[in-house]
Amino acid sequence: MAHEAIVEARNIEKFYDHPDNRPVQVIAPTTMTVYAGEILAVLGPSGSGKSTLLRILTGLSKASAGQVLWHGKPIDNQSLNVSIVFQSFALFPWLNVLENVEAPLKARAMDAIRRRKRSLKILETVGLDGFEAAYPKELSGGMKQRVGFARALVIEPEVLFMDEPFSALDVLTAENLRGELLDLWRSQSIPTRAIYMVTHNIEEAVLLADRIVVLAKNPGRIRTDLRVPLPHPRDRKSAEFVQLVDHIYKVLTQPDATPELAPAVSVPQITGDGKGAKFQMLPHARPGGINGMLEILSDRGGHDDLYRLAEDLTFEIDDLLPIVEAASLLGFVRVHEGDVELTTAGREYLEADMAKRKRLFNKAALEGAVLMRQIKRALESKSDRRLPAEFFHDTLDEHFSEEETVRQIETAIHWGRYADLFDYDAGSDSFYISEENRPAIEDNDSIWV
Amino acid sequence: MISRIPRLARPVLLRRTTPVLFDALIFAAILAAFYGLLAMARYWVGAAIPVTDISRSPWALPRYAFYSVMRIAVAYVASLFFAVAYGYIAAYNRLLQGFMVAVLDILQSIPVLSFLPGVMLAMVALFPQKQLGIELGSIILIFTGQVWNMAFSFYSSLRSIPRELREAAAISRFSKWQRFLQLELPFGAIGLVWNSIVSVAGGWFFLMACEMFVLGNRDFRLPGLGSYLQIAASAGDTRSMLWGLATMIGVIILIDQLIWGPVIAWSDKFKFEQVEGEAPRSALLHILRTSPALEILRRKTLAPIAERLDLYFAKLATAHTEHSVGASRRKELAAWISAVVCVFIAIIAIVYCLIQALALLAHLHSAQILGVLQAAGATFLRVNSALVIASVWTIPAGVLIGFHPKLARIAQPLTQIAASVPATALFPVLLLGIVQIGGGLGVGSILLMLLGTQWYILFNVIAGASAVPSDLKEVADLFHFSSLDRWRTVILPGIFPYLVTGLVTASGGAWNASIVAEYFHFKNQVMSTVGLGAQISAATDAGRFDILLLATVIMAALVVSINRLVWRPLYRLAETKYRLES
Repeated sequence: MAHEAIVEARNIEKFYDHPDNRPVQVIAPTTMTVYAGEILAVLGPSGSGKSTLLRILTGLSKASAGQVLWHGKPIDNQSLNVSIVFQSFALFPWLNVLENVEAPLKARAMDAIRRRKRSLKILETVGLDGFEAAYPKELSGGMKQRVGFARALVIEPEVLFMDEPFSALDVLTAENLRGELLDLWRSQSIPTRAIYMVTHNIEEAVLLADRIVVLAKNPGRIRTDLRVPLPHPRDRKSAEFVQLVDHIYKVLTQPDATPELAPAVSVPQITGDGKGAKFQMLPHARPGGINGMLEILSDRGGHDDLYRLAEDLTFEIDDLLPIVEAASLLGFVRVHEGDVELTTAGREYLEADMAKRKRLFNKAALEGAVLMRQIKRALESKSDRRLPAEFFHDTLDEHFSEEETVRQIETAIHWGRYADLFDYDAGSDSFYISEENRPAIEDNDSIWV
Repeated sequence: MISRIPRLARPVLLRRTTPVLFDALIFAAILAAFYGLLAMARYWVGAAIPVTDISRSPWALPRYAFYSVMRIAVAYVASLFFAVAYGYIAAYNRLLQGFMVAVLDILQSIPVLSFLPGVMLAMVALFPQKQLGIELGSIILIFTGQVWNMAFSFYSSLRSIPRELREAAAISRFSKWQRFLQLELPFGAIGLVWNSIVSVAGGWFFLMACEMFVLGNRDFRLPGLGSYLQIAASAGDTRSMLWGLATMIGVIILIDQLIWGPVIAWSDKFKFEQVEGEAPRSALLHILRTSPALEILRRKTLAPIAERLDLYFAKLATAHTEHSVGASRRKELAAWISAVVCVFIAIIAIVYCLIQALALLAHLHSAQILGVLQAAGATFLRVNSALVIASVWTIPAGVLIGFHPKLARIAQPLTQIAASVPATALFPVLLLGIVQIGGGLGVGSILLMLLGTQWYILFNVIAGASAVPSDLKEVADLFHFSSLDRWRTVILPGIFPYLVTGLVTASGGAWNASIVAEYFHFKNQVMSTVGLGAQISAATDAGRFDILLLATVIMAALVVSINRLVWRPLYRLAETKYRLES
């Protein structure tokens, strides 16, 4: 590497405290470097700690273990010149555009005249001249994010951090802003020496970045670190571009495969956590979503390229992956080298009527999903067939963060209700098996339709 | 040429004259305020006159109104500063957080009058020769009725600042001062404004109790609207009562127009919403904003001072971060040690007070304790009957108004005026009527609680009913729901969260109102009924601190446990099951 390292993370880890003193690990020991002169994109599914990592590198949050170095010195005793562009813009609604942009300069004790001059110049650079006196609520989303960029750039940060800066914008606005940012960077009209961008949009990463770091989840860790050798301006339709996007897609959809060998290895199940594992994560997908995906897949002849499917549905991977994972967990589809294909069980499921579908789903969920099996068994072992949700909450949160635990239970409720496995009563916050859920349903389903 | 001059000059002149006129008005107002303060100060530092002879002449009313307004204003300003400081410390000091929030919860449920003996005796002891002592006592009493909800509002605002806004401030390296001015205070502003309005209304409600009271063998009377109304009531002078009432309503409406109207319009810019909505307007605010004199004051004086402060704190913060880590660690240690010492001293003080209090209570006979408990039971029944009666008429009326926008346009301003009249001021007039019919305070006190608290329920029901989506109503029409079904499946679930909010506020208010409702000086005699509020008032009058303490503790315990056991679960239910999401 010819370039100088600006930020280095050495074996950093992050734990969140837990009431039972059993900390939950969100980032496994990770080492990474941000070099001068590069745009680094960090890609990963939700739960891979990509935002946490950004906060540790910028000093907003402290690593539980390991070291963060800026120019070779520990982060603790230096005041950094960095800024962040936020997904939600994070503008102060009671300050007008100019006051918002001036705020960080004021914090640096710059006098009023120089502050004004610098702010007006940067507003002109991001195309906001004339909007100085407007308040954020008068602006469109794209304009708001321009203010976000102006506020970040006005301090002339050494590294510009961005946390999913384009994901709250509509497609056209996002594309426009991406282009403008790239122009600013490539023409060197801003003194920023490196850009660090968190995203879950593969194409965005390939379009902008010089280097892409892909993270895996539970706990967050680096899966692969690859250069993007394509020259600017990059053409989305070019073969190299599509190939690279496909490759990253495969890396993301096959958590257990070694990325370098990915094309050669066939992996029958994409549920990396494994059926036999004691604790497996239920993908956050609702039965309705799974059914919809299966039907679209069937319309397309029963198999398709995952990336093409997502693109045609204008889905982000974060939205589509859990649905595909869930269908695979249930044995309705098979994922193979970035392709997804309906299985025999999947076809049978699709052809069935409502009642039969529920029965098949019931069987598949009990076979494939550990959590569903656990809840069912626990309920059956009680004479009144009722248990407080807290019980499952407590067993789950040994392995998941608080937020994830809640999502796991929510997902289990959706599946349980759809499959008539069990029901949930919000009033008493408990799971139960009612008379109707008893196995009798299997014998004569027609009257239940 | 000549003909062109007027055409050019006129609009310019017109544009100038209006603000100049208003500038003159502003100067006049400042001058008047200055003279008022001087007069007030002269009176305060003068010799103590515990029993002022309160005139019943209507001509004394402007002066009395001014004194009362000043008391409420000083108490309010003190409340504002205290609330911001308390909320800030409670939100950021992890050691003290739980403790401070619990204290707030309890203090909120202690009725104003229970603070009276302690506050009054302390103030009179501090300034034995000056009127200032008695005045400060009265002001602190009003303060105790205003401050808690404001402190709680600011605390919860601070806790709910979105994470990314906090991070934006941190990554921009805001000093604590800048963070306070540009993030925390603006974010808490709307909550503070609405709670200020509620607090000042509470100040009017308890004004009579705070301006004139007997404490053991000492009689305190301060010149003011509250004492005027009380004197008029004691003498049974209906004409003076009506004069006093009219003055009070006039002052309240004036304050609403001149202060809250502009303040609400101004605070709209602190709304944390990303889209533009209908903003409240105020003509007065517009005048203030366009006044050249105020603009000069702002540009030449306020802005440079603010700028210097900002830069001073920014430099301080920059210097601070460049210090070595060791210094900050030492500082952290020092802060920790001082916190431990403070907590230690506080614990000793609390234990000492507890022992003293228990010693005081040990002297009570079992009959007296039984009496207080019976009184608590009576007040409990009274508070709940007031809530039931209020619900019986406000729910149908509120739903009717909420469902019919045309009706709402007429009813809304009327009910707002009715609600702004402090019930305590109306009480003497009502009591006169009740006595003439032959009723007693037992029923009369329920009426007073009703007067003071039914508005909370009514306003919330109206808000809830107008928020019920029209498609739900259309479904009810489509399926020809009977009125019973309509109420059960659409209306009641729809207004439930709002109803719970209204009932919580009304319940707390009714408990607090019991002190003024169950015990009343009327026509040179004391009217009272069995109740916890009567016990507290009578104990204050008689200087019986033991009974006062016991009754206060029981009332606080009752209010806090009702909140925990009844309202909080209902609230949770309202937030989960009965939430209408669009």
